[in-house]
Amino acid sequence: MERAYITCRELIDFIAGYVAGELDAAARHDFERHLGVCPSCRAYLDSYRKTMALTRAAASDERVDDVPEALVRTILDARR
Amino acid sequence: MPDADDSGLVARLKRGDAQAFEELVRSYSGRLLRAARRILASDEDARDAVQDAFVAAFRAVAGFEASARLSTWLHRIVINASLMKLRTRRRKPEEEIEQYLPRFLEDGHQTPPSEPWTEPADAMLEREELRRLVRASIERLPESYRTVLVLRDLEELSTEETAEMLGASPNAVKIRLHRARQALRTLLDPYVRA
Repeated sequence: MERAYITCRELIDFIAGYVAGELDAAARHDFERHLGVCPSCRAYLDSYRKTMALTRAAASDERVDDVPEALVRTILDARR
Repeated sequence: MPDADDSGLVARLKRGDAQAFEELVRSYSGRLLRAARRILASDEDARDAVQDAFVAAFRAVAGFEASARLSTWLHRIVINASLMKLRTRRRKPEEEIEQYLPRFLEDGHQTPPSEPWTEPADAMLEREELRRLVRASIERLPESYRTVLVLRDLEELSTEETAEMLGASPNAVKIRLHRARQALRTLLDPYVRA
């Protein structure tokens, strides 16, 4: 007999494991079966992935600033 | 650029060559400052943490293993220095993360249901104002969650490394990271969904 569907709460709890590929086959099956019937959870998963991608993109265009000369001098003086 | 082959620099550092220390500071302090600023969300505290990190590195360089990467070694030292600074800084009362997490009915259905983010990921990533909003939203996260998000998703430490640095269990790190991402998603939702 097929098991009951997992709930939206359970699916959202498992999302990090799902996107990291850490769920075992049975948990992955339950996760994807719920996704197949739940537009809200499909939307949530997609937005969660996009949040991760946006985080990486936002980080990658942070500049590596020139370091103030005063800080370089302070660091080198601290060694003496 | 640093890191192509630092073995000569390391050898000179171990001999106490003053010029080598200056090269080290000039080559690496920009990247270290960026990492410290991400953790501390303060330019002044980040500068202090970088200074502390270099002082610690100068003291420890004699024991630096030739097999390690200088950049990785310095990166871990500045993260430790930043976390130390974070612990000693006067703490503001932390906001509750729960307000940013999805809500559920008793039967486990999400309420209200999630609305789709219809814009394709590629187009979203191109939008500079959205990337700025992401950075500002990360700074709004409660500190203990922001720290885990920064270490895992920005500084790209493993779960185990993050756990060790924070003195937490790997499972606690996973839970915090998941909640931090969920909270960030909630903060972005009104802007992205529109």
